Amino acid sequence: MKEIRIHGRGGQGSVTAAELLAVAAFADGKFSQAFPAFGVERRGAPVQAFTRINDDPIRLRAQVYEPDYVIVQDPTLLEVVDVESGAKDDGVILINSDFEPEHFDLNTNAKIMTVNATKIALDIIGRPIVNTVLLGAFAGASGLIDPESIKDAVKERFPGKVGEKNAEAIQKAYDMMTEA
Amino acid sequence: MKRNFEDDKEKMVVVEGSYAVADAVKACRPNVISAYPITPQTHIVEDLSQFIADGEIPNCEYLNVESEFSAISALVGSSAAGARSYSATTSQGLELMHEVLFNVAGMRLPVVMTVVNRAVSAPINIWNDQQDSISQRDTGWIQLHAEDTQEAADMTAQAFKIAEDPDVMLPVLACMDGFILSHVYEPVILLDEDLVAEYLPPFEPKFKLDPKNPKTFGAFADPHSYTEFRFLQQQAMNKALKTIEDAADEFYDLFGRHYGGLIDTYETEDADIILMAMGSIVGTIKDVVDKLRAQGVKVGLLKVRSFRPFPAEAIKNAIKGAKVVVALDKNISLGLNEGALFTETKGSLYNTNVNIPIIGFMIGHGGRDIPMSTMEAIVDEAKKVIDSGITVESQFTDLKEELL
Repeated sequence: MKEIRIHGRGGQGSVTAAELLAVAAFADGKFSQAFPAFGVERRGAPVQAFTRINDDPIRLRAQVYEPDYVIVQDPTLLEVVDVESGAKDDGVILINSDFEPEHFDLNTNAKIMTVNATKIALDIIGRPIVNTVLLGAFAGASGLIDPESIKDAVKERFPGKVGEKNAEAIQKAYDMMTEA
Repeated sequence: MKRNFEDDKEKMVVVEGSYAVADAVKACRPNVISAYPITPQTHIVEDLSQFIADGEIPNCEYLNVESEFSAISALVGSSAAGARSYSATTSQGLELMHEVLFNVAGMRLPVVMTVVNRAVSAPINIWNDQQDSISQRDTGWIQLHAEDTQEAADMTAQAFKIAEDPDVMLPVLACMDGFILSHVYEPVILLDEDLVAEYLPPFEPKFKLDPKNPKTFGAFADPHSYTEFRFLQQQAMNKALKTIEDAADEFYDLFGRHYGGLIDTYETEDADIILMAMGSIVGTIKDVVDKLRAQGVKVGLLKVRSFRPFPAEAIKNAIKGAKVVVALDKNISLGLNEGALFTETKGSLYNTNVNIPIIGFMIGHGGRDIPMSTMEAIVDEAKKVIDSGITVESQFTDLKEELL
């Protein structure tokens, strides 16, 4: 079983990202589960969402404490949240940032990776909405999921032009991670 | 649980738990849905309202009422008039309905209501535990608990089937853990409407309100006859013990999915330690059982699906070979320091020949997460009981001493 924890701020679509990841993973033939770390939703407040992906049906209902992958939508969260908490030694922490991974001094053995998702989102979607872009980057960084499945899930959730733009941004982020 | 996940996979879609239940309600063809759309409410009634607006539920009236009290009161009238009636609620909303719940049950109206289980205030807390529905224990409603979203959806159809059975005619609370199941996205099979129609015949009550043939429901019963009404309600609960099993079996025959009837068991046959629980925690316990079994610990799970009627006989038979039983409760009876499942299991065994130590852990109050490590620590406590007897009968779990 692979466990993913997404950190973001209220309004950034962390929960949506976790759900889309679950939809995409199921389309890939896996079982999946997505849920938020339920809080009193406030715009800007730190939030977490989780996705589990497994070959067998998923029964576990606890939150994710030892993630294989951590996705950080907003680097300013690093000042207030221990995003690396419990991350597995062979895990990956993917941060939305224009800095190189070496810039981040986190207390973890997990591999730190960065992608400038904000720039990709602004260039292609025209708005700094990074959740779907990070899913593309995640697909590239993890090899866990087919980027086409993510694009399909996003286009289904956001039909029309918005979905198309997001799909383009997802592909761009995926390419950047796989070419790196 | 009996189902073939590989075959089912073809038919599954990934949706929110609340949506799966709303879709199941739609498949049951209700005639009246009432709801009070304010926090605390659920996406279930939101999705149903959308279905109605889209014309997807024919012959159904959606009543947007002014309080939870009104929501359930409206269903007293609609159900008595012969309409299949549904609502969903949670937490304080359910508590506000409390008085009317007695009326629904007393008038033998087969209303079905999904309860998205949440903690009750004060202090204000929106998260999951089961205090809200457990506090409705004595209202005369059947109370069932689901372990995953598929079961919550399937249980909706079963609930109508049970409630409307002429031998039963009692309302049903179909419970699912708030957030943990109501807000989770996971693969489920949405109920096929034709199959549901085959499973669930149209609601045709023997007695209903009809201007052409006037009747009175819930009328005055003085000391001469009140006792007999209570007796008949209890008798209907007794009959429901079989109806609940039958409804699960018939569902399995048509849909190929079975979650247990009154109870379900997992690895209990040779188990020294049996954990018993209701709701979504069951899934986590199954993973814990597998992990500990691999380490040679003989542990099993007893899932209690029906809290009312309380399946005392089924529980007794399931646990009689164990050396210790642990009851897990997401509720507490304050002043007794016990959860309901613990108290009732203990009580129902007292005058039987099954005499096994039982301990209770109250867990997951107000949404406190239940990691596998907590469950493993509880199993360690159970092992101590086997070796040296009970030291603490019932206790809080993961209590933070520093906050006291």
